[in-house]
Amino acid sequence: MSGASKEKDPFIASLGKIYAGYTGGFAAFVVIIAILEQMGVPDRILGYLFVGLTIGVYAYIGIISRTQAVTEYYVAGRRVPALYNGMATGSDWMSAASFIGMAGSLYALGYGGLAFILGWTGGYMLVAILLAPYLRKFGQYTVPDFLGARYGGNAARLIGVTILITASFVYVVAQIVGVGIITQRFLDVSFTLAVFVGLAGILVCSMLGGMRAVTWTQVAQYIVLIIAYLIPAFLMSAKVTGVPLPQVMYGFALERIAELENGFRAAGMTPPPGVTGWHSAPFIGANGQFSLPAAINWFALVFCLMVGTASLPHILMRYFTTPSVKEARQSVAWSLFFIFLLYFTAPAYAAFAKVEIYQNIIGQPIASLPDWIKNWQIVSPYGVPWINIVDVNRDGILQWNEFRIHPDVVVLATPEIAGLPYVIAGLVAAGGLAAALSTADGLLLALANALSHDVYYKMIDRNAPTARRLTVSRVLLLTVAVAAAWVAGNAGADILFLVAWAFSIAAAGLFAALVMGVWYKKTTNIAAVVGMAVGYVITFGYMLHSEWFGLHFIQLFGTSDKIVAAARQVIAINQQFTSEALRAEAQAIIANAANVKDGALAWLGNIWGSPMNTDTVVLRNRVTGRMWGIGSISAGIFGVPVSFLVIYVVSQFTTAPSQAMQDFIDDIRIPKGGVRLADKREAVE
Amino acid sequence: MPLVEPGGAPSNTEAPAVSEATAAAHWAKTSSLMLLVLGIWFFASFVVHLIAPSLNSIRILGFPFGFYMAAQGSLIIFVVALFWFANRQNQVDEEFGVQED
Repeated sequence: MSGASKEKDPFIASLGKIYAGYTGGFAAFVVIIAILEQMGVPDRILGYLFVGLTIGVYAYIGIISRTQAVTEYYVAGRRVPALYNGMATGSDWMSAASFIGMAGSLYALGYGGLAFILGWTGGYMLVAILLAPYLRKFGQYTVPDFLGARYGGNAARLIGVTILITASFVYVVAQIVGVGIITQRFLDVSFTLAVFVGLAGILVCSMLGGMRAVTWTQVAQYIVLIIAYLIPAFLMSAKVTGVPLPQVMYGFALERIAELENGFRAAGMTPPPGVTGWHSAPFIGANGQFSLPAAINWFALVFCLMVGTASLPHILMRYFTTPSVKEARQSVAWSLFFIFLLYFTAPAYAAFAKVEIYQNIIGQPIASLPDWIKNWQIVSPYGVPWINIVDVNRDGILQWNEFRIHPDVVVLATPEIAGLPYVIAGLVAAGGLAAALSTADGLLLALANALSHDVYYKMIDRNAPTARRLTVSRVLLLTVAVAAAWVAGNAGADILFLVAWAFSIAAAGLFAALVMGVWYKKTTNIAAVVGMAVGYVITFGYMLHSEWFGLHFIQLFGTSDKIVAAARQVIAINQQFTSEALRAEAQAIIANAANVKDGALAWLGNIWGSPMNTDTVVLRNRVTGRMWGIGSISAGIFGVPVSFLVIYVVSQFTTAPSQAMQDFIDDIRIPKGGVRLADKREAVE
Repeated sequence: MPLVEPGGAPSNTEAPAVSEATAAAHWAKTSSLMLLVLGIWFFASFVVHLIAPSLNSIRILGFPFGFYMAAQGSLIIFVVALFWFANRQNQVDEEFGVQED
């Protein structure tokens, strides 16, 4: 293996030329579409061309990269240079949530949404300094491989796989929802069908060539998505401020937004539900005043997203593909750079979109709104149109709170909102598709590898021949993909929300065990297994309990007044979303309000006192519980510290790791030399 | 770079790649670099945003400064610090002769 990777590889040497030619080709394609648009070719045909041609290219790369070699399939032959691995990680990382969802959330939340910007970049610091170089030195195929080798076999491996599957599955569902939104709009088909069309696109990239195909497809997808994201932002900046430098110029857009917001308030208007009325103000409640819970939730979310970044197996496994430890470190820096290019543009995108909407749409007669709004009247999976115009006061004029745009369509609709040519809208759709497909590819591969390599090969059949292992992997890939598409088509949820869940699950389950495995030699096998299990159960259990059993949750952790308040919230929700039994229970609580007692664990739920008391809010048409006022997307804040603590404490009471294990850790800590595994059965090949 | 020697012998009878003292010194220096970069990370991720409401009264090119730090400033710190770290860690590895062959 080492011999082949050191030789000058003609393919690697010509990568620069290949991707330069590809970028030029893509630019020419966009120009041709622009010319076709001027010649009067219908928008719908242009949409088909964009979606069809880009997916065609990815499929082509996927097919020419097909492989039957295990190292190629799992780690792309370990010869991906730092720069290209950085690009591939960038598109692996930037998903539908980053491309489609993030600027939309910034549009809605203002400063509050910046938690996503910070959280999804800063985590790479943790990846680089704490994990990536050491995992690369360890040099096997998957993250559970490391857990298995460091923590003595199948117990650690199995729980690692369980956490990986939970987090990645939740994450991949979100990507498929994103693919569905784009395909639905640009191919004009139903959401459920759109999901399966997108799925076909995902599978052709990853089925045949595994990591190798995914890597080279992801580089191509990065180029499409970054061009697609930057061009509309530059055009909008030129349109609004006269200078095409969105990242510098949107300060003026922020000032303009503040003026418009003040004007709306002076006219007695209120913002639509879910949108902040003070775009740049940090840590505020609905009344615009400082709110401690808002600040705590903001920092908790930043923390969970950062730690989650450093725990997500589909990201960590990208650093298994570099030729050396040194390149693994550089590759993390390149990854962050390529991600940064999009992330520091997203707040500009949101600000310009907001100026356009506030300036040109609000206050117009509803009868004469521009055509693009009609294009987004198609119904979302949440039962309302993506852009919902509700004439609350029936005066025929669009008020501030009557223009309700779902955050997930802000980016896709912005080119039309700003009056840019349709070719730009098509370009953005192609970019969004690239982002969602690339992440879905990486995630499905991580899932399939965990099942085929870690479960089937390492735990069930040690003697399985190579061909059978790869076949098992491909069959599982297909199965997982279809299952994820089914869930996405039937249980649509906000993209950002699902993704943030995945981060908290991975963070609470894996981070402590991975970091302490490298940095704390005395970490014992039992401690790690218990620590991972406890972190995972606390976080995932809290999410499930508070999200789907909110009333029960508050009856356990809340005070009597909060329980009655929750019951009233249940009754206020549209009846199609609540069950008969739940409404009856809520009615009973309200009828008996005077005698309701505090929950059994109310002391714990209110340990910090006001304003950090446990309460409930209505989100996603459910009454959801919030322990200490912290939303469930930041649930990792409970699991991560507990996991560290459990691992540390249990390590003090259990038998210290063997000398062989300590040697193994010593080997991982330095780039030079081989790795002496404590247990040879943990070696691959 | 075979991951494990073939055959039945326990794999940990091999000699380590560098002496124990070198490894310990290298790890001490690596750890302090890690703590330094972790400190930068903590500052840019959390500390600076604690005072965001007051920073917002400063305006540069229309940007409220607290907003700017969360939207761009901290990100730039992350990127620069990571390239610097990758470089610095390589120097540390070479200083102790533990870089890859």
